[in-house]
Amino acid sequence: MAGFDIDRVAYLARLNLTDEERALFGGQLETIVNYVDAIARLDTDGLEPTLHGHRVNNIFREDVPVTGLDPEQALANAPARIDNEFKMPRVVE
Amino acid sequence: MNTEELKRLTVAETLRLLRAGKVTSAELVRGLLEIMESSQQDIHAFVTIDAEGALRQAAECDARRAAGEDLPLLGVPIAIKDNMNVIGQPCTASSRILEGYVAPYDATVIAKLRAAGAIFLGRTNMDEFALGSTTQTSAFGPTENPVARGCIPGGSSGGSAAAVGGGLAICALGSDTGGSIRQPASHCGIVGVKPTYGRVSRYGVVACASSLDQVGPMTKTVEDAALILNVISGRDPMDATCLDEAVPDYTQAWAGADPEKPLAGMRIGLPKEYFGEGLDPEVRARVEAAAERARALGAETVEVSLPHSGYGIPTYYICMTAELSANLARFDGVRYGLRVPCDDVIAQYGATRAEGFGAEVKRRVLLGTFVLSSGFYDAYYNRAQKVRTLIRRDLEAAFARCDLLLGPVTPEPAWPLGVYQNDPIRNYLSDVLTVAANLAGCCALSLPAGKTGEGKPVGVQLIGPNFGEMALFRAAHALECRG
Repeated sequence: MAGFDIDRVAYLARLNLTDEERALFGGQLETIVNYVDAIARLDTDGLEPTLHGHRVNNIFREDVPVTGLDPEQALANAPARIDNEFKMPRVVE
Repeated sequence: MNTEELKRLTVAETLRLLRAGKVTSAELVRGLLEIMESSQQDIHAFVTIDAEGALRQAAECDARRAAGEDLPLLGVPIAIKDNMNVIGQPCTASSRILEGYVAPYDATVIAKLRAAGAIFLGRTNMDEFALGSTTQTSAFGPTENPVARGCIPGGSSGGSAAAVGGGLAICALGSDTGGSIRQPASHCGIVGVKPTYGRVSRYGVVACASSLDQVGPMTKTVEDAALILNVISGRDPMDATCLDEAVPDYTQAWAGADPEKPLAGMRIGLPKEYFGEGLDPEVRARVEAAAERARALGAETVEVSLPHSGYGIPTYYICMTAELSANLARFDGVRYGLRVPCDDVIAQYGATRAEGFGAEVKRRVLLGTFVLSSGFYDAYYNRAQKVRTLIRRDLEAAFARCDLLLGPVTPEPAWPLGVYQNDPIRNYLSDVLTVAANLAGCCALSLPAGKTGEGKPVGVQLIGPNFGEMALFRAAHALECRG
């Protein structure tokens, strides 16, 4: 299996890795990816994908407003907040 | 009621005693809390015990019963896997990233149980985010098997299985993405049901892999599992995958059966691939004995083939980790859970997730991100979804020839704690016999089938077609070893 780039994948996953983790997971994931490569042996041409466990593809409901969490409940677990908003580092300069 | 009687108590018997006024919920809850707390050191089945809340609910239930009220589970205490929101209780999915999180609402299964009168004792330990087959990936330490001491209880619903198997709880809820109800049920000698995909709502359950996850009962008897599935099943507008299918009374599944030949007219398939190489001889013997028993009870057994079984684990680990990596993107330190503050937002995400997730979560998030990444999506994720079609068709073809499938739950009995921890693939292979039901959406159940010479429980698995729970319960009730 070519192309497994641990740094690229970790960046895409927004997951910082230590040097030990980089070495450990890099090796383990290469083994796992080689293992799951078994599916490459099957001819899958023309097969439809199965996306989930039943054949139903859409469920419609009436568009009626319902009461959700109030701001206090929604913010109760916030790591940091200002008034009724989640506080985050600045995203745009 | 003495401690030993309390440890053996079933849901059905609890309801009989409560309805006859022979016991109060307060007495039951006090007794169970004592057993739970004294077992924490050894078994560690719970991550949180809500003694105060449980006693308050018990008093309310007793008052309601005294006022003449009755409900399907009024006053019955239940243990809940730590990935389901119970308003006011912590909900961590056994992860550091959710330490301190308090649920602001009830999951639908919890709301249904609450409306039926159940009491929430506490939260059971699990593999972190339900990723594992041993409960050893929990950030809060492992759970020990209460029956096969020194061994894993299975996972990921290992705390629920240990609580019920050890008599610390009368019943529990678990969740099953690739075997996480059935495999620990098998290792702890209890009944575990993975309902059909779409039978039970997942709203308010910490998502693992959304196309595979189902919530189900973990109990001491088949009847108890039916009593709980009756309550938690049914359509939920909050989970669009939860279908509007009628909910039969599952306790009627075995009604009117011929006592001598309760399985007369039923055809049970034995998938030959499930009895192949790598199956522990003692497990094979117990499962073959269950098939023999099914024949003695009137069923016809036929050999069937699931030719793509060997592709189950690769397919599962691609689909599952892909969905997992997307679902776990919400753990970013913004709205809830751990935050490692940084000046830059991308740095904050990376640092928060590095600190909050354990090794198995990181491994699977990385794998899932990889199989979805540009350049690899077609070769892995897309292809795995097509192989999933082949696996589904295998099961559909088998169900054209029989009503149910019967086989082992796991290739081997519970292994000692600490073994195989650095060998991810070795752990993944323990799901080899359970993932097909999730990939195809089928219902499946694990039922105690005796013990090995060393006293380790062995389970037998029954797999039914989508919404085939009645047949599953009928067969399981007949096969259940009583006494």
